Amino acid sequence: MEFDLTEEHRLIQTTVKDFAAKEITPVAARLDQEARFPSEIISRAAALGLMGVMVPEEYGGARMDGVANVIVQEELARASAGVQVIVSVSNSLVCDPILRFGTAEQKRRYLPALAEGRSLGCYCLTEPSAGSDAMALETRADLRGGEWVLSGRKLFVTNGVEADLCIVYARSEEAPGARGLSAFLVEKSFPGIAVGNVEHKLGIRCSSTSEILLDDCRVPAENLLGGRGEGGRIALATLDGGRIGIAAQAVGLARAALEETSAHVKERWVFGRPLSEFQATQWALADMATRVDASRLLAYRAAWLRDRGERCTREAATAKLIASETAMWATHRAVQLFGGYGYIQEYPVERYFRDAKITEIYEGTSEILRLVLSRDLIGSRGSTPR
Amino acid sequence: MNIVVCIKQVPDTEAPIRVRSHGGIDETGLNLVMNYYDEHATEAALRLREQFGGTVTVVAAGPERAREALRQALAMGADEATLLRDAALDAADHLQVARALAAFIRPRTADAVICGKLSTDDNAAIVGPALAELLDLPQATAIAKLEVDDGAGRAIVHRELEGAVEVLEVPLPALFTVERSLNEPRYPSLPGIMKAKRKEIAVMDLAALGLSAEDLGTRGATLATLAAPPARTAGVQVNGADPEAAVEAIVSFLGERAKVL
Repeated sequence: MEFDLTEEHRLIQTTVKDFAAKEITPVAARLDQEARFPSEIISRAAALGLMGVMVPEEYGGARMDGVANVIVQEELARASAGVQVIVSVSNSLVCDPILRFGTAEQKRRYLPALAEGRSLGCYCLTEPSAGSDAMALETRADLRGGEWVLSGRKLFVTNGVEADLCIVYARSEEAPGARGLSAFLVEKSFPGIAVGNVEHKLGIRCSSTSEILLDDCRVPAENLLGGRGEGGRIALATLDGGRIGIAAQAVGLARAALEETSAHVKERWVFGRPLSEFQATQWALADMATRVDASRLLAYRAAWLRDRGERCTREAATAKLIASETAMWATHRAVQLFGGYGYIQEYPVERYFRDAKITEIYEGTSEILRLVLSRDLIGSRGSTPR
Repeated sequence: MNIVVCIKQVPDTEAPIRVRSHGGIDETGLNLVMNYYDEHATEAALRLREQFGGTVTVVAAGPERAREALRQALAMGADEATLLRDAALDAADHLQVARALAAFIRPRTADAVICGKLSTDDNAAIVGPALAELLDLPQATAIAKLEVDDGAGRAIVHRELEGAVEVLEVPLPALFTVERSLNEPRYPSLPGIMKAKRKEIAVMDLAALGLSAEDLGTRGATLATLAAPPARTAGVQVNGADPEAAVEAIVSFLGERAKVL
């Protein structure tokens, strides 16, 4: 067992912490209130190498490991979960599957632009009638005259508005469920793809969430990612990494709540003493710190396993489940300890509380994660077949 | 231009410092960083290299952990890094450190040596000026602006004084110590960190520098004790509804107890 971060990990942590404190924290509240996409911050993040954390150097990335990515994502989310999710989606849900399943030509064509921040990625899986039941998706992909023609409606696409490259999952084969799906690299400039309705959200408001509409969208045959019928496998393998990124986001949010609250309770006086002198406060902080630590270590474990090339579906689900519920719980405690000040926008915990909720929903709801974990324990039906 | 930057690893200025009962600082959990002024010195050197070419060498005298500060300078873009590490340097005073640094820099024919104005741990601001004397280099301290004319072999520097700006022309090679207003240091990029990981950090002890412990000097000051500042005592409250009595109490406090009147 080895719990120490390496020298590079610590250097990345210091660098990103510093970057986030100087470039993101001062504008985080305004970005949230105005629901404005932070283009300048994303360019600066790209210059730092944050848009291609795990992309090899020959494709313009930093070639770091998944543990480094967890460190980066936690530090970004500590400052703004909205900014972080923009970065995390491009890294975990777009660069990662291209790296794992893309051809040399696809990597050469798309990764340098993504890693250098000249291009932004999005991941199009969810549909109006396929959320938790993602493998029931209905978007069609038909091979016509040597090219793929995609039609359907994708929902809740993070980065949907600004993305230049969309990984679209569609039904291309006769086989039912996951085995009938394929993944496609669809450029926004291809004919027949458009941004639909843009959502107004509770939290992570500086990142866009939109529909992506495909109407006879023509995609060159060479833009098939992986093989035909491999889409389901790619989507699920990608989500293992995505869930680690969201676990890191949740750790960042919970830590933000803990740090802001720790500072606040020493300054806020009630009944003639600082709030920090009440045991109820002390125990709340101790519980927050305990859960933050547990969540972070589980996120590191999942990332470490994935770095070794091992399957980490269970560990990624475990990390995301505890981290997201910790984020929700810790931000809820933070708002309560701030009292009225926790409910107004002058203090950041109100934003953390709103931002935290999504971590229990996207990239696998808590319910779906419990399903994944229980299947691993007792099989898919929860009973012995007779 | 070949530039040498001297850096130091110090406790983060926001970190609470705990003095151990038997002396020294408790480093458990203490966040150690590159001295902020040295980040500006490194940035200045990198900009000169971008302008004129050449190499940037960073050097630190300190314990093994000081490698991390050197690694950060490499990740920012420095070409080479050396750690001067020797038991004789562990308790060295500023002049002794300057002598070790001078022995490292002397054979390297640097066009410029750049240091931070001071290090935020002991605030002495001695090593830079002492080093200039030992190397027999002209120096300008606490500079806020640096313009180099490589061809003419000179630099124009600005020093910010109280209510005035002093502009100096300095022939090169020279030593500069820098103010934080000189520039905005770059962040080490992630690819930079990975490149830095693959670079060797050379380690030299006194023998490798051609020095003996005696050469560092034996008559320096030694640390007698290190103690935490006394805890602040509670303030005095003046209560009562009578303003005249309150004023009298405060005046008497200022005069007799605080002795400021």
